Amino acid sequence: MLENLTGRLQSVLKTLRGQARLTEANIADAMREVRMALLEADVALPVVKDFIAQVKLRAQGREVIQSLTPGQAVIQVVHEELTALMGKENVTLNLSTVPPAVILMAGLQGSGKTTTSAKLAKLLKEQKKKVLLVSADVYRPAAIDQLRTLARTLEIDFFQSDISQKPALIAGDSLDFAKRGYYDVVIFDTAGRLGIDEEMMAEIKELHTILKPIETLFVVDAMQGQDAVNTARSFNDVLPLTGIVLTKMDGDSRGGAALSVRHVTGKPIKFVGVSEKVDGLEPFYPERMASRILGMGDVLSLIEQAQKNVDLAEAQKVAEKLKSGKGFDLNDFKSQMQQMRKMGGVGALMDKMPTQMSGMAGKMNSEDAEKSLRRIEGIINSMTPLERSRPDIIKATRKRRIAAGSGVQVQDVNRLLNQFEEIQKMMKMFSKGGMGKFMRAMQGRFPGVG
Amino acid sequence: MFDFLKKDKASAVDDPKLSWTDRLKKGLARTRGQFGDRLSNLFGGGKIDDSIYEELETILITSDVGIAATQSLLDQIKGRVKRQNLNDTAQLKDALKQSMLELLSPLEQPLDTSGQKPFVIMLTGVNGAGKTTSIGKLASLFQAQGKSVLIAAGDTFRAAAKEQLQEWGHRNNVHVVSSEGGDPGAVIFDSVNSAKAKGIDIVLADTAGRLPTQLNLMEEIRKVQRVIGKALPGAPHEILLVLDANTGQNAVSQVKAFDDALKVTGLVLTKLDGTAKGGVIAAIAQSRPIPIRFIGVGETIDDLRAFSANEFVEALFE
Repeated sequence: MLENLTGRLQSVLKTLRGQARLTEANIADAMREVRMALLEADVALPVVKDFIAQVKLRAQGREVIQSLTPGQAVIQVVHEELTALMGKENVTLNLSTVPPAVILMAGLQGSGKTTTSAKLAKLLKEQKKKVLLVSADVYRPAAIDQLRTLARTLEIDFFQSDISQKPALIAGDSLDFAKRGYYDVVIFDTAGRLGIDEEMMAEIKELHTILKPIETLFVVDAMQGQDAVNTARSFNDVLPLTGIVLTKMDGDSRGGAALSVRHVTGKPIKFVGVSEKVDGLEPFYPERMASRILGMGDVLSLIEQAQKNVDLAEAQKVAEKLKSGKGFDLNDFKSQMQQMRKMGGVGALMDKMPTQMSGMAGKMNSEDAEKSLRRIEGIINSMTPLERSRPDIIKATRKRRIAAGSGVQVQDVNRLLNQFEEIQKMMKMFSKGGMGKFMRAMQGRFPGVG
Repeated sequence: MFDFLKKDKASAVDDPKLSWTDRLKKGLARTRGQFGDRLSNLFGGGKIDDSIYEELETILITSDVGIAATQSLLDQIKGRVKRQNLNDTAQLKDALKQSMLELLSPLEQPLDTSGQKPFVIMLTGVNGAGKTTSIGKLASLFQAQGKSVLIAAGDTFRAAAKEQLQEWGHRNNVHVVSSEGGDPGAVIFDSVNSAKAKGIDIVLADTAGRLPTQLNLMEEIRKVQRVIGKALPGAPHEILLVLDANTGQNAVSQVKAFDDALKVTGLVLTKLDGTAKGGVIAAIAQSRPIPIRFIGVGETIDDLRAFSANEFVEALFE
């Protein structure tokens, strides 16, 4: 996500970093590059202009000139302004109203409203809310079927609507149904529409009047170009939007729409869609995103993901062993790999690492790494419990059996054992030397790396 | 008060009165509105100086033309201004039109389906680009040309994608081959065999939306392509990449990624009625010139037409 922008800004700012003094000329150079990078990233031109003006003003200010490391100070300014542009902090859904709290979804065709509705329903269900999904998309063929199918898969209640009904009728009926059924939340999906289609915009305005939603979410494709400004404006003019959902962030290499839409509407980006799977919806954290653009990594959301998916007791056990540097065996090795897979695999992890770290992994192909992890797991699975806890007893005969059992060559078993030995050594180093030494040692020793 | 709800989408489908050019003009009205108006203001007359080029750059960039293509268009116009001794901003419009046309004309290559029977067309693209809708429109288009069509519901991933296609098939009276769940390759394989047996002219194969970053899905679609080749050597004869015209510079990366994986033979540019900018076409023409077979300029079933560079540029600058 956003790698290109990160890369561009970094190459620009790298030259700044080394410079002892900032001059008007090198600030102008940097700002020109930042402008190009933002434009290439599809940030809308008016937004870029505002941003550059703001950064330039501050970069020429006292705080930067007097700083011992002016390059760093400029990066700090860019980072702060980027964060400010995307909103100060994460804003969550506001559902504090007399139930049912209605969430109205709006956006262009193909922006991802239906998928997002289902993801949101799942998220709220996990928070013990009683959720009802409703679709008023009577135009796109099988749009209602799509939401019904998703609702069934997620075991969420679905209000049965039909393409012969008017959306306003569906709105009224579903609201009654939700009240009678004591639902906490109603997620109301609508048809995709163009901001310039007056009839369709009037329709959604009518729906808004009937439903009185506490949240009106504008769903935007993160790949959208310069026109994001116009679309956002036209929806914002007609509907009192309360928040934005940015979709398809996993595929986007640039993501400038995030900045544009936020700037134009002034409404917070509440969620980002990061996968086509139903749990691929994450809260949006402006500060983290700014850090990420600047290559500082999204370590915070990595930690959150870890907390969500990792078996804490298991992790505690491994951590104890790591600390003591003793008794770390192949069972722990395997459980660590499984934890990693639970967190979305190597690729997802690397994506969130600071660039210094993921850069270290170099041209690592996360696909290959994934494959080699699976193979290693297979090999360990072919070992007896005794072999797993005491790998030193594995000699030629055992190796041949393990290789045959997991469908690999004896060399592969050897490689795993060597790797494991290395890791054991590293673990000891880790317990003695701390993180810095550990990271240096890790270079090139990760399975699938280098 | 519910008057606006009475709009009947189906009636627009049957409305044959609008000519193709009218429709394109109508669809492009917004593009023209923003792009053209600003150009007209700009080209109203007066002397050519640097601030005009800067203004021009702004217009091109905010139309999603992209930095590289903008730069090259500007260089060309500057060249023309010098060579032809232009000294009035009004003449700049023709120069820009000419440059735009030169950039886009090579992409105007209509799809010829006559060589093969069945002619197998596979559609690909990112999620929400408009693949399924385009298939519905293509089916209608080919039927209007007197060809028999079969649709393969190859999107076995997205919920109700199959039902969506079946509805399109129902409207066009076209048979849709699908299976419960199952493998996209297998569905399309069966469709091609069925088309061979029935003597069908055109097979339209839908596939699930995928982002180029999802390497496993990019691998999957290459497999689907190979499987189609097993059902009918040489097939698929056309691989269409469907692009949402709302997309910014990412459209260029999409074209590159899908072309690298599949050797894309044609593009379909959808939702041109909604976006203010058709400029991404120029960016694509610059970096990976692949023929634009069709453009979608409206929501009704016959709003998908062959791409014409001339009409496009004319409508843009009118």
